[in-house]
Amino acid sequence: MRKSIAEKIAEGQVLISDGAWGTFLQNMGLQPGECPESWNLKHPEKILSIAQSYIDAGSDMVETNSFGGNAFKLVHYGLDKQVHEINKAAAEISRRAAGSEKHVLGSIGPTGKMLVMGDVTYKELCGAFKAQAIALAEGGADALVIETMSDIEEARAAVTAAADNTSCEIICTMTFEKSPEGEFFTMMGVTPSDMVATMVDAGASIIGANCGNGMENMIGIAKEIRAANPDIPLLIHANAGAPVFKDGETRFLETPEQMAALISNLLDAGANIIGGCCGTTPEHIREIFNTIHK
Amino acid sequence: MNQEEIINKIATCVEFGKVNKAAPYPPAMKGEDGADEYTKHALEMGVKPIDILNDALISAMDRVGEKFSQKKIFVPQMLISAKAMGAAMEHLKPFFSSGEVKRKGKFIIGTVAGDLHDIGKNLVAMIVEGAGWEVIDLGVDVKSAKFIQAINDNPGAIVGLSALLTTTMESMKNIVADIKRDCPGVKLVIGGAPVSEDFKNEIGADAYSPDPQKAVVLLNSMVA
Repeated sequence: MRKSIAEKIAEGQVLISDGAWGTFLQNMGLQPGECPESWNLKHPEKILSIAQSYIDAGSDMVETNSFGGNAFKLVHYGLDKQVHEINKAAAEISRRAAGSEKHVLGSIGPTGKMLVMGDVTYKELCGAFKAQAIALAEGGADALVIETMSDIEEARAAVTAAADNTSCEIICTMTFEKSPEGEFFTMMGVTPSDMVATMVDAGASIIGANCGNGMENMIGIAKEIRAANPDIPLLIHANAGAPVFKDGETRFLETPEQMAALISNLLDAGANIIGGCCGTTPEHIREIFNTIHK
Repeated sequence: MNQEEIINKIATCVEFGKVNKAAPYPPAMKGEDGADEYTKHALEMGVKPIDILNDALISAMDRVGEKFSQKKIFVPQMLISAKAMGAAMEHLKPFFSSGEVKRKGKFIIGTVAGDLHDIGKNLVAMIVEGAGWEVIDLGVDVKSAKFIQAINDNPGAIVGLSALLTTTMESMKNIVADIKRDCPGVKLVIGGAPVSEDFKNEIGADAYSPDPQKAVVLLNSMVA
């Protein structure tokens, strides 16, 4: 019987997550305007190779290609009737790479709809997240990661829907930026401390931050989360720096070595699970693995 | 209420996002009239539309944009202010169409082809409209041909291009090249999370704005 992520952390383990999916897909030929999640059905072998490359690099857990797999996003591609099929396939593919021992984190991203503007109701959001969560669990995800959130109410809807309708461990990460005064806020004004209390209450057992402008800010964010809650397992998925456009392509310039150099600071700040977001590659994950297990 | 008082009322409603009497937000102003009612009342009192635009709406949205730039307020507060401004603007529309009130210029905006994100683009559209511009919003996933058609339909307009995804920066580059080829002389402003001053230079756009408020300053300087 596989131990849960939270159990492993309670034993004192430091766990390694995976790296980027979106930028990886682009490198494999995903076109602008093409639905990334459609590849779960069109090119499952390519999706499997991404998941496998992270497992091979030393990840203890791998995400699924389902970040935009909610009905509100899929409708743009005419795929909103295939929410179940697309998400189930995403989890099945990552489970093939993870085997029975490692963890599959079903990725759930924002809908792009704004509650405050009356674009959508709280109940409609819950319904969309519920459908996605159930399909990911059915495909073999043992945890669900609600990520890149900026609005606390949307995150609460996703966490609640996932916790109430599956037996998965629930992870919630939001994306923070630094204000001129050096404080961290999401685009919608949520602080790391606000997030912790609300998401634990809604049913999340692991909290964290993802995306953003690189590893350095993540250390400050991790400290703030840790100060708000001394015990909650803490996951950090950092970008490989901010994107830079050069010679006709977008690059993330933080090297595996630069990222790995900050790992000990991130662990000191209280992180328990470390992985990457945009621009990170299996090489970044391997370097993180080497740093943690040296 | 005299003219100055009612103009201040409208400005307060816009700054703090009180759309109309029925709106529950902000809680401190519950049950009071909002931008909608006060603007209607001001026009009935004989306040000039141009004074409502300049002294209430533009000045309030200017403060909102400034607070947003400083991260004193965030997207929800800005959206709700823009909504209140929109409610006031509805009453001014007849005076724009009749030509009694002139706007600063026309601004065409869209999220580039391949990119479906509209939050940032909408914020810029609202703040620019609140600054006294006529905004033509082309929506998301906008291809070169649609931008060029809008430019031909609106001579003299300035164009804003938005992108959120790093993948669609390439698309922005291609659209800038197409517009510069077909409509030389048209000014292009770019914005969005992954773009930068360097990127603007690389693709040959005319200006880069890191936030909606800066976009207003740029636009105003282009027609000054």
